[in-house]
Amino acid sequence: MPATTERPAGKKVLLMATCLCDAFYDDVAKATVEILEHLGVEVGFPENQTCCGQPAFNSGDWKSSRKVARHTAEVFGGDLPVIVPSGSCAAMHFHGNRLQFEECPDPAIDSLADRTWELIDYIVNGLGVREWPGRFESPTRIAFHRSCHLRGSASGEAITSLLSTIGNAEVVPFGQAEQCCGFGGTFSVTFPHISGRMGSLKLDHILEQKPDLLVSGDMSCLMHLTGLAQAQGRPVAHKHVVQVLRDTLPS
Amino acid sequence: MVNRQPIDVYAHQIDDEKQASVLGGSAASTDKRYSALFNDYEDPDAIRRLAGGIKDHTLHHLDRYLEQAEESLVRNGCHVHFADTADDARDAVLSILRDRGITRLTKSKSMASEEIHLNDHLTENGIEVLESDLGEFIIQLDGDTPSHIVRPIIHKNRREIARSFQRGGIADDYNDDPETITRRARVHLREKYVQAEAVITGGNFISAESGRVVLVTNEGNSRFGMAPSRVHIALVGIEKLVPTDRDLAVFLNLLGRSATGQQLTVYTEFISGPRDDSQPSGPEEMHVVLMNNGRTDVLGSNCREILRCIRCSACQNVCPVYRQASGHAYRSPYGGPVGAVLSPILFGDRFPELADLPKASSLCGACNEVCPVDIPLPDLLLRLRDKAKKEHIPQPGDLPMAPFATLATSPAIWRTAMTMSKAMNHLPIQMAPVRPLQDWLGQRTLPEWHGGDFRKWLKKRKETDQPQRTQTSQSPSKSDASS
Repeated sequence: MPATTERPAGKKVLLMATCLCDAFYDDVAKATVEILEHLGVEVGFPENQTCCGQPAFNSGDWKSSRKVARHTAEVFGGDLPVIVPSGSCAAMHFHGNRLQFEECPDPAIDSLADRTWELIDYIVNGLGVREWPGRFESPTRIAFHRSCHLRGSASGEAITSLLSTIGNAEVVPFGQAEQCCGFGGTFSVTFPHISGRMGSLKLDHILEQKPDLLVSGDMSCLMHLTGLAQAQGRPVAHKHVVQVLRDTLPS
Repeated sequence: MVNRQPIDVYAHQIDDEKQASVLGGSAASTDKRYSALFNDYEDPDAIRRLAGGIKDHTLHHLDRYLEQAEESLVRNGCHVHFADTADDARDAVLSILRDRGITRLTKSKSMASEEIHLNDHLTENGIEVLESDLGEFIIQLDGDTPSHIVRPIIHKNRREIARSFQRGGIADDYNDDPETITRRARVHLREKYVQAEAVITGGNFISAESGRVVLVTNEGNSRFGMAPSRVHIALVGIEKLVPTDRDLAVFLNLLGRSATGQQLTVYTEFISGPRDDSQPSGPEEMHVVLMNNGRTDVLGSNCREILRCIRCSACQNVCPVYRQASGHAYRSPYGGPVGAVLSPILFGDRFPELADLPKASSLCGACNEVCPVDIPLPDLLLRLRDKAKKEHIPQPGDLPMAPFATLATSPAIWRTAMTMSKAMNHLPIQMAPVRPLQDWLGQRTLPEWHGGDFRKWLKKRKETDQPQRTQTSQSPSKSDASS
């Protein structure tokens, strides 16, 4: 994993919206643009971006995933920081790609890895924003699901600490926080029973704390968890961290 | 269910009680591990990395350390046997026993012996083997196999055990009180210990420097087994070497904490050869069988880091897939993430048959986070998925990824597909004959399709750039936005 200080942290960046935001969660991508611009960052959006290639990578088809990764590295060429509102897709850039290009190194892939930031990591550790001037209208209990791809990165701590500075926000801990939500991409369809059980357990732990809001830095986890919760008749309000940042700002 | 993975099918079939005991036991072990490590060390991660580094170094120079270990063991008065295959290891043990006319022995817990089905081999050859670890004793009584590296019978409850005792003639009546069960096992085992002529153990570590064989147990059964025996045979995988005695401090501190949340196991034995004249009891002969059985193949593969493993089971305990599936789902003595990596490559000729194991992970990385020797387990699982794909081993539920790659490298088509797929919102997608979609919708809802909406919004925003930008970038007020 790259050391925080080595990555470029200038105020001109490229946004990788992720395929999930492209397809389902347009508002998360919108909030990302709004918040970055609010912080004085100039956001470029390369039109030809698609996906990081993780679905093929995880399924073991590295020939296919390398093809997608090369495309992405080309689309995001240059020397600007690449900002991703997803810990999972960001980790694909700085970890997964390194693994699948071990035997066929590619400077464009290395460059992408060295310039990629998970969004909140960039805001907190790149831009140095330690406090958020937002405020909830009423006391709000937030359950923050630290998605698995944030392990070993600075993002988990960055998100927790930033959320905690929001007025009226209380980040409530819940049991077995180290456990996965059970999504895992294609894992959720080839292991439907185990994936569902993992998700239900995660929901049990989260809902036990009666949170007002479930927050994560990865929409994939939230898509799985809220999809399960909805189907089980126990829906839970949820937002990406960056939506929280935007929605709590004074209008 | 052609698109479901075998481990998922297995997990679906196990009964609720067994599942609950596996889940509860694992979660408790994970919690204990966490508090044992974090109460005692400011930065456990630094120790994990140190331990991983020591193991890596040893494996990198394994030829040298094996030679040194052999010299040290011989100097200590041990006989050293190198066994290249499982057959060689079984034969080595059997001939030691036959040459000495030994027909009765006790055995303490050893994963290496599970790996080569040593008990079956010895029993077939007329030797009475008694497992002396309580869990393994119950496994043996039931003709079962262990489902956990450290807690072999985590899948059983006391009622089953009480019935086994009755059936196996250990007890006359049914009694499922744990203390009674243990006392009855003890009475039975004590008598057998005295009759045994030899003891077989594994070996948690061997110091190449001193030739000390280190055994850790919680029941003291290996120690008890050694007292009356004439011959001690330690069956040890060649990856169990550490360079020096000093290194043991690192590993012993990590092993107990990682495995059971204990600072140290109840018994830690350092065995420096057979008994000498100053010792009143103990084996007169000590044999160390150093077993390869596929380990050098693993060393030559791109998953060699798995040989660092010290069999603590922390990865198994924390693994959400293992917690649902139990250890038997992994079809080898090694369950959980370590098994999912080790089994397919250790038993090389069984790779096609075991190639689904590395799929049994959401790649959540919890295993790597708890591993006392910092094995990058998710990376190894991924490398094995790549290997399976390269070797064209079909996997249940595999989606063809080539079309996805084509789509994801054709931006114009991608953008069109994003917008066009909006029609999905108006179709009864629960009727769509797309298997993965069906599997998803079986237990979850899907959010509304907003394909292309963000791009449209961004375009519009750029057209009316200035007013929008000024509006949203109004004073960041209290935030410190400087870099």
